[in-house]
Amino acid sequence: MSSTLTPTGGSAITPGRPAVSLRSMRPRYGEMAVRLIFRIAAWITIVITIGIVIALLEPSLEFFAEVPLGDFLFGDRWAPRFADASFGVLPLVSATAWTTVIALIVAIPLGLGAAVFLSEYASSGVRKVLKPILEILAGIPTVVYGLFALQFVQSTVFRDWLQLETGAFSVLAAGLVMGVMIIPTIASISEDSMSAVPLGMRQGSAALGANKMQTTLRVVFPAALSGIIAAIVLGVSRAVGETMIVAIAAGSQARIVGGPLEQGQTMTGFIANAALGDSRVGSIEYNTLFAVGLLLFAITLVINAIAIQIVRRYREAY
Amino acid sequence: MSSTITTSLGGHIRGATVRGRARGGDTSPKSILFLVALWFSLFVAFSFLIVLIVTTVIDGWPRFDLRLFTEYPAADPEEAGARPAILGSIWVIITTALLAIPLGVAAAVHMEEFADKKNWFNRIVELNIQNLAAVPSIVYGLLALAFLVLMGVQNRNIVIAGAFTLSLLILPVIIIATREALRAVPMEIRQGSLALGATELQTVMRQTLPASVPGIATGSILALSRALGEAAPLLLLGALVFVSFDPNGLLSGYTTMPIQIFNWVGRPQEGFAILASATSILLLGILLAMNALAIIIRNRYQQRW
Repeated sequence: MSSTLTPTGGSAITPGRPAVSLRSMRPRYGEMAVRLIFRIAAWITIVITIGIVIALLEPSLEFFAEVPLGDFLFGDRWAPRFADASFGVLPLVSATAWTTVIALIVAIPLGLGAAVFLSEYASSGVRKVLKPILEILAGIPTVVYGLFALQFVQSTVFRDWLQLETGAFSVLAAGLVMGVMIIPTIASISEDSMSAVPLGMRQGSAALGANKMQTTLRVVFPAALSGIIAAIVLGVSRAVGETMIVAIAAGSQARIVGGPLEQGQTMTGFIANAALGDSRVGSIEYNTLFAVGLLLFAITLVINAIAIQIVRRYREAY
Repeated sequence: MSSTITTSLGGHIRGATVRGRARGGDTSPKSILFLVALWFSLFVAFSFLIVLIVTTVIDGWPRFDLRLFTEYPAADPEEAGARPAILGSIWVIITTALLAIPLGVAAAVHMEEFADKKNWFNRIVELNIQNLAAVPSIVYGLLALAFLVLMGVQNRNIVIAGAFTLSLLILPVIIIATREALRAVPMEIRQGSLALGATELQTVMRQTLPASVPGIATGSILALSRALGEAAPLLLLGALVFVSFDPNGLLSGYTTMPIQIFNWVGRPQEGFAILASATSILLLGILLAMNALAIIIRNRYQQRW
């Protein structure tokens, strides 16, 4: 904006331009100061990222000086606080994988169903009412979701009503509730992307004799696929990083999870639980938090980068 | 859609229309089934929401009384309340708002109004904010923990530290919302202001920014409601402690409602589970009110040019 709108007060007098500069002769130091403050505010966001990387790397490097990277990534026993300590992260990763996959099995079909309905079938009045209600799901605090997963889904539904053989916690209860939590994420981004498909394509499809369902599934859906995939990828990253639901309802025993009704401790669940104990700064327990945090950050960073690339590459197709 | 088009095509190709219908119009079983599946998706989401609210209210109702607001946490659930957690949440959220909103709006104004968007550095800043918005909240807790350890702060469970952490968490959300609000202000408003002799900064402060206040307010309220419900990053700062006093300043110890809920969920006695649900009712009520306020502002005050 600045380059296009500011009158360029050059020294050379060109035809059709006033001989004097339009810009005030007196520099406005106050304005320059305010603009500098704005600029610094924007740069702070970069500082935050650098801060995250340094904050995670420094204790992690101390951690990996004691525990070989291979033992950490591929070891299948996680017992950082035992006398016979072992730092294989696979049990935590397995629990995260279970809860994430269960959440996606719930969230992808329901989120896309909601998106298709809101974008293709709902009138604008209906959409105006339904969309905010759907977004409330994204605004519910995750501790309340966790409480619901533990007390209602696991205890009342699974154990009392369905008589399933399961303990006080399960990755299934945590995953199911987490799936509902990410429905709005998937639905709203997918809906934006479907709404962006030009009306002409729908009309063309209808003119060729397709009905509404065929138009939706074979024309609108493929055309909006990049946005839909980006929505799903963002849903994955939210599921991987979600903490309180799994800390409350998935359990706190770090074992390789073999089935949905077993309990398990996820990466985020470990960080939350370990934070409750008093870890002395600089001890191996303290550094362990950051090593797991770094792995979590790396996973979500890769997932987000994929999502942003997908959106960038295909966004301007129409 | 197809039905309106086929009828308007007229009589002489009616045969084709009929064949098209036979292959499956909007009332074919497949289409009906598809629509039912779509309705089912929304039905599941909404009934889940209703069941969640109803069970929480039923579970917590016996203790959703005055004692919840006046009593301090105690070993006996009958005598315990959430007073410090409620006051702690208020302290932390107001401090977070004071830190994050000015910073986020200033950053967004720079990026949207002043920065050269083709510059490689500014593109990195933009990409970085998109990434920050998706960083798990608990990672912000690790960042704050490492920072406070570096600063040599011994007592990390203080209001200003919690607010600092939550500010970092919601900063990207506020920046993205503010940029969208600024972008919606038409260029003509800016050009008109500049043509009347205003400087660029005067244009931003007196025209662009005031015009985008509804959008900024909506985004900020939603971001703060997220901060209010967040517990994970504060756990890392040691906020899960027994607080039996009213927080009274930025350096005061505190606990918040979500953390108090998490604390009570982990207790074996039935009474604490009821207290956790009762506190959840309060928290849900506040968050639904904030969401409703955001939607009202968006629908009523947002200008359409």
